[in-house]
Amino acid sequence: MPIQPLLPAAAIAANMAELKPALRRQEALVEASRCLYCFDAPCIMACPAGIDIPAFIKKIAHGNPAAAAKSILSANILGASCARVCPTPVLCEGACVLEDRDEQPIQIGRLQRYATDYIAERDIKVFTPPAQTTGKRIAVIGAGPAGLACSAELAQLGHTVVVFEKQAQPGGLNTYGIAYYKMRPEISLAEAELVRSLGVELRCGITIGKDLTIAQLEKTFDAIFVGVGLGATNRLRIPGEELPEVVDALDFIDQIHTRPLDRVPVGRRVVVIGAGNTAIDAVTQSLRLGAEQATVVYRRSEGDMSAYDFEYQRAKCDGARFLFNVAPVEVCGSAGHVIGLRLVRTNAGADGRPEPIPGTETIEPCDLVLKAVGQEKQVVLLRRLFPALQIDAHGVIARDPLTGQTSVPHIFAGGDCANGGREVVNAVGEGKKAAHGLHAFLTRQTAAPPVQPSRLGAKTGPTGSGLLHPVRVHELEAALKK
Amino acid sequence: MADLSTNLAGIKSPNPFWVASGPPSNTGYQAHRAFEAGWGGVVWKTIGEPIVNVASRYSALNHGPARIVGFNNIELISDRSPETNFREIAEVKRRWPHHAVIASLMVETRAQWHEFVRRATDAGADGIELNFGCPHGMCERGLGSAIGQQPAVAEKITGWVMETATIPVIVKLTPNVTDITAVARAARRAGANAISLITTITSITNVNLDPFVPEPTVAGRSSHGGYCGPAVKPIALNMVQSCAADAAVGLPISGIGGIANWRDAAEFIALGATGIQVCTAIMHYGFRIVEDMHEGLSAYLDSKGMTSVTELIGRAAPTLQKWETLDLHWQRVARIDYDKCIGCNLCYIACEDGAHQCIDLKTPEELGLGLGPGRVPHKPVPKVRENDCVGCNLCSLVCPVDDCVKMTVIENGRPPMSWSNYQERLAAGEMQPIAPHP
Repeated sequence: MPIQPLLPAAAIAANMAELKPALRRQEALVEASRCLYCFDAPCIMACPAGIDIPAFIKKIAHGNPAAAAKSILSANILGASCARVCPTPVLCEGACVLEDRDEQPIQIGRLQRYATDYIAERDIKVFTPPAQTTGKRIAVIGAGPAGLACSAELAQLGHTVVVFEKQAQPGGLNTYGIAYYKMRPEISLAEAELVRSLGVELRCGITIGKDLTIAQLEKTFDAIFVGVGLGATNRLRIPGEELPEVVDALDFIDQIHTRPLDRVPVGRRVVVIGAGNTAIDAVTQSLRLGAEQATVVYRRSEGDMSAYDFEYQRAKCDGARFLFNVAPVEVCGSAGHVIGLRLVRTNAGADGRPEPIPGTETIEPCDLVLKAVGQEKQVVLLRRLFPALQIDAHGVIARDPLTGQTSVPHIFAGGDCANGGREVVNAVGEGKKAAHGLHAFLTRQTAAPPVQPSRLGAKTGPTGSGLLHPVRVHELEAALKK
Repeated sequence: MADLSTNLAGIKSPNPFWVASGPPSNTGYQAHRAFEAGWGGVVWKTIGEPIVNVASRYSALNHGPARIVGFNNIELISDRSPETNFREIAEVKRRWPHHAVIASLMVETRAQWHEFVRRATDAGADGIELNFGCPHGMCERGLGSAIGQQPAVAEKITGWVMETATIPVIVKLTPNVTDITAVARAARRAGANAISLITTITSITNVNLDPFVPEPTVAGRSSHGGYCGPAVKPIALNMVQSCAADAAVGLPISGIGGIANWRDAAEFIALGATGIQVCTAIMHYGFRIVEDMHEGLSAYLDSKGMTSVTELIGRAAPTLQKWETLDLHWQRVARIDYDKCIGCNLCYIACEDGAHQCIDLKTPEELGLGLGPGRVPHKPVPKVRENDCVGCNLCSLVCPVDDCVKMTVIENGRPPMSWSNYQERLAAGEMQPIAPHP
């Protein structure tokens, strides 16, 4: 049976309501007042965009949310979307010192949203375009988070920037790939408009390599920033993968963002393959669209999951099933449609890789299989566009992590195509660093990392910002366990 | 259980907690509720010739989410007739014969004072409090703080009262003076039986920045108010101690000013007050707060082995001395308990920008501390340079964790030497001047 939408619009709207609604004014003031205003705050160190978090929270507490928004957006032009999509429990909020005082950490994400919503709702402009332009022109390939962050920073440094995006709308995965209960696509599109308002030209629907060649870009631009992200979802390479109800999880999420919610087809019994954060988004949204059963299957163990623990807990609260140590061997079909997924139990082999256990095959009945097994690296595309570009063993662009400069001096890179796939806020940080790298390259100046206002007057160096060396809370926890 | 009963200049009360003269003691109804809740006494809202009040009478100082750390009012004395007030005092006394009811009075002429003292006495009041304190409204008419600010005038009017008074008289002092003991001594000279302090402090709590009018706003204008609430407690404690320590005052003290719980009350008593009065905290939370004051003070006295609250009176007073008597050689330094430190670095920036630059930021690796709460890789943590630490307390005050920064006494073997000793020894040529701090 082909799959179809299952629930009426009102029911889906309720299911897809925002998980973390906006803070009301009083809530925001109370929450902001809890902040200790740490010096060299760990939350800043854990923020890959280096937002001066205590400074903006103080401004909210003192009744100046517009100034708070300026602090946020100056460090992270995608502050409104990061407020919603950042995995704050493993970033800023995970680093909050209040946890060590046996208290709930400050709800930094929600306060950031409060401030950025405040100016969006009132149409308050916090940036003025630079008075002078440098005359340097930069082409940015890809209007995802890395490209937008890089463009915004370059524009504020006085450069002329044109962004080329193959999709019809800018924002990349921020527009098309975020769980609907975390963020609406309008937020991402509004951020693209904010970048445009800084003087950046956004050209959507243009595929570099098809509509325009790199040679053409190099003729009219002084430098190029590559922020092309990752490619399609990896193939399963099992029989039955071509059946119509075997769908990329990202394509499934894309449909949620590009169609009315009650027109998104979903299976009654959904199986999601993979156990990363995209798998969580897929399984929870399947349930919220009306799936009667949704199951994550993962060939390794629970402890090996790459999904964040808080995401895993959320999926379990939504009623998702999890099957560990099972690998898909065949998508079973009947009359051209999916009827089940044949699984085999696995155990960890000598090298730690999961190995199938013969004779343990079972069939999990389902009518929709969502693939969330990671995205392909863009090796083929990158080699075609930039034959001279050095690509590392992981299939991503080799670059200086502090400047984004690649093996080709006038080409810079950042975001998923350079880091292999991380958070939106990592892409922002890399785009920003690359902008300073580009600025230094084009003006022959040295790149100077921005100074946080709350550290002014500090004697020691530019520590305290996660922009240069973000502290990852789960990495820290892993270090502590050793 | 310790005996909480008190005797202030002959006014007996089952406990030291009185409702201060103000909005909570405006009516007999409120006095009944106060006594039912457990208060030991009520000082009636000041009785005088009837006045007229304005709308919008109170304003507050908030601090972050904490409401009313300071409170301000421009309300005048009782707006009810003296007949009503004295009748209700009589009714309250009939029902609560063993609780203290004190009539607060504010009138102008000698004849009026004589009349009001007599009427209060006839109503059965246990004592009289002379309102020489209100710093708003009434002072413009030559009453309240206008009297309390001039010892000679206060002495004269207290003298009028003492001519007819047959029950104890308490003079309520205004803090809006340079030296509160001057008017306290005047009260003593005039024969008053006790003093109560402090009344409110002249204030403007805040300015509404849209219409550019301070709060509380009355039809586009405001007026100086009287400030009270938790924020004034340190000022009140200082003045209570000043009067308690002055032999020329030598009167029992009813302590007032920012008292909100048993600990506040105990501090006032330990500095020399016989009992205390509360207004703002009742306005904030109601009469019910007395339950915890009762239990808390009782438990505290028991824990100290004191059998009566009178044993606590003035216990901390002798330790307060002139600065010149303090030991210059006593040394202590800040020590950070890294098991408690959460890594906020507030101590660092406070010392660096606000004090004496004796705390460094080091990485946990440099300090050999390993990682842990507050210590993440590369993140600086505070380290006190004990040789430079002057022991000022600032870091321990800003630290958000209890007992994390410990001010630790250093035994340096040097004999005590106060500023006075130092001056004497310098004069005697026994020592060289101490080198100035670099």
